[in-house]
Amino acid sequence: MRRGRRHPSRRPGTRLQPLVISHFSIVNCLGSGPQAVFHALRERRSGLTPCDFESVTLDTWIGRVAGLEEARVRPDLIAYDCRNNRLAQLGLEQGGFDDAVATAREKYGAGRIGVFMGTSTSGVLDTELAYRRRDPRTGALPVDFRYAETQNTFSLADFTQRYLGLEGPAFVVSSACSSSAKVFGNAARMIAAGICDAAVVGGVDSLCLTTLYGFHSLGLISSGPCRPYDAARDGISIGEGAGFALVEKATQARDTGRIMLLGVGESSDAYHMSTPHPEGVGAKLAMQRALLSAELEPADIDYINLHGTSTKTNDASEDRAVFDLFGHGTPCSSTKGWTGHLLGAAGITEVIICMLAIEHGMRPGSVHTENIDPALKCDYRIENSEARVRRALTNSFGFGGSNCSLVLGAAG
Amino acid sequence: MIRIFVEGVGLLGPGLSGWRASRPVLAGGESYRDAPTVVVASELLPPAERRRTSVSVKLALTVGHEAIVNAERDVAGMATVFTSSCGDENVHYICEALASPEREVSPTRFHNSVHNAAAGYWGIATRSQEASTSLCAYDASFAAGLLEAAAQATVNRKPVALIAYDQPYPEPLNTVRPISAPFGVALVVAPESTSRTFAVLDVTFEREMETPTRMPDFGLEAARIGAPAARSLPLLAALARGARENIVIECGLRTQLRIAVAPCQ
Repeated sequence: MRRGRRHPSRRPGTRLQPLVISHFSIVNCLGSGPQAVFHALRERRSGLTPCDFESVTLDTWIGRVAGLEEARVRPDLIAYDCRNNRLAQLGLEQGGFDDAVATAREKYGAGRIGVFMGTSTSGVLDTELAYRRRDPRTGALPVDFRYAETQNTFSLADFTQRYLGLEGPAFVVSSACSSSAKVFGNAARMIAAGICDAAVVGGVDSLCLTTLYGFHSLGLISSGPCRPYDAARDGISIGEGAGFALVEKATQARDTGRIMLLGVGESSDAYHMSTPHPEGVGAKLAMQRALLSAELEPADIDYINLHGTSTKTNDASEDRAVFDLFGHGTPCSSTKGWTGHLLGAAGITEVIICMLAIEHGMRPGSVHTENIDPALKCDYRIENSEARVRRALTNSFGFGGSNCSLVLGAAG
Repeated sequence: MIRIFVEGVGLLGPGLSGWRASRPVLAGGESYRDAPTVVVASELLPPAERRRTSVSVKLALTVGHEAIVNAERDVAGMATVFTSSCGDENVHYICEALASPEREVSPTRFHNSVHNAAAGYWGIATRSQEASTSLCAYDASFAAGLLEAAAQATVNRKPVALIAYDQPYPEPLNTVRPISAPFGVALVVAPESTSRTFAVLDVTFEREMETPTRMPDFGLEAARIGAPAARSLPLLAALARGARENIVIECGLRTQLRIAVAPCQ
């Protein structure tokens, strides 16, 4: 088969109707907006710093977004004020994203635009802090604690929907670190089923004690900045971030040059709650399904943004899956040395990094990685490289064995 | 509007122990008696894992398994949509530990605290590598799950198991988010009619136009309001009666799901 040529669907229900990603926004420790993130990638400036978050005493590095302590959410939504929703609002304000959604709202109607967001811990930081202020006699939480608007997993989609004035279907996908990749699948299905014409998708996760101490309890956090695919890698660096994308049905006439979602692949490891399948069986299945839904072959992919968390087991298992499918022929890297692991926001963040790679013709390499583990076989790149990237694949894998791979590409 | 075909139901709630046993009560032929939800460890799980799982995971696995057995489908081949408004006990114990000077978080509690813990254990128990998602939409979690399951069945042209469940938090969280009783419900839905189909659902997402359908029985109405997953009760009652009915379920901000239920032999 000729490279890049579409072939007929192998079986019904597998081909994705491509979606246009018409606008996007991003905030993380590299900065606010796609330009800031792209410059940090090009200049190889990592956003990771030694942990100075709250009262945390762990010996680790984090990817922290500055200014969230002083920020407040919009006055009419003040009940939703918490670190996670402040970060969400910061994302929604970037680069006119909220204006682009307002235009789409005029075009389609508020009830025809869905909101599908990913998060793992939502606003649980507020609950952690409230537990320090429990009534010593009754154990009750302080009266100013607002559960539904902060801790509840839905809070992020609820806040986003109200902020943008939308009235279509809205929910949160919370499947740990695959959450904000999987939301693209939800949007694609809702649009294909005729429930929506467009959707706001994305993810937000913010620093909290649960993830810092929780990953520490599992022995999965590094004492330094994370070093994906390095022989001496010893765990993750936790970061925080927000990312949003407006996706719409593709119409060939006006889409030339725009970036599209071409494929979605989802699978389950069916193996262990916190350890990936050693042979990467579920990871491979997710990538295969993503390629199948895009009607592409492995050779059609120019860059793979790996999940690459920098734990011993993740990188080894993912490498095995990628090598099985792509051999040594496809350049790949993990960008978590720049951003840290954004957990529920990792998927959308790395989708946007793939879009920047396509737009600017630059494959990001890997920062903090010095010596690639000789046991790993895929074509892992440390250095950035200028190259035409027509199609990119990104992997997001989560606790509970939840895997999602997405294929992105330039239209026309 | 999306048309889906119901093949199997699983149910556990207060005074409702299994779909078959609850059917006459939901249909109105037998009177409802409120009683604590009886949650047993799912036989799907290996004994070692049974000890590690929380009540909410057991609830989800038990109703999911029951629905798939009732649908006479292969457990491992089934895609799943899990949906829950939250309520897992692990969050409480972690926050308690984090408020103590030692801050010693249990690694098992941490990995069990993820919203997709039920989906993770489901995979381990069934060996299913099919796609699975885990949703939350607060009080509208059942409606969100049904809409996603309907879209998935229609677009992917494959059956899917919807598993909705809620478990009360321990105090002090139960006071700020009261859930009256553990409640779990599962539906196996398919994109086309098969020999196993017993009802057809026409699901429409629309602007809020009327109040949600209520349960005529006082006790069942209390159960419906008591847990987000129990917002499914009017739909289950229509399925139990085998009647042609219109059900309205709240679906979030100014919207609702209208479900036209029709029996199918």
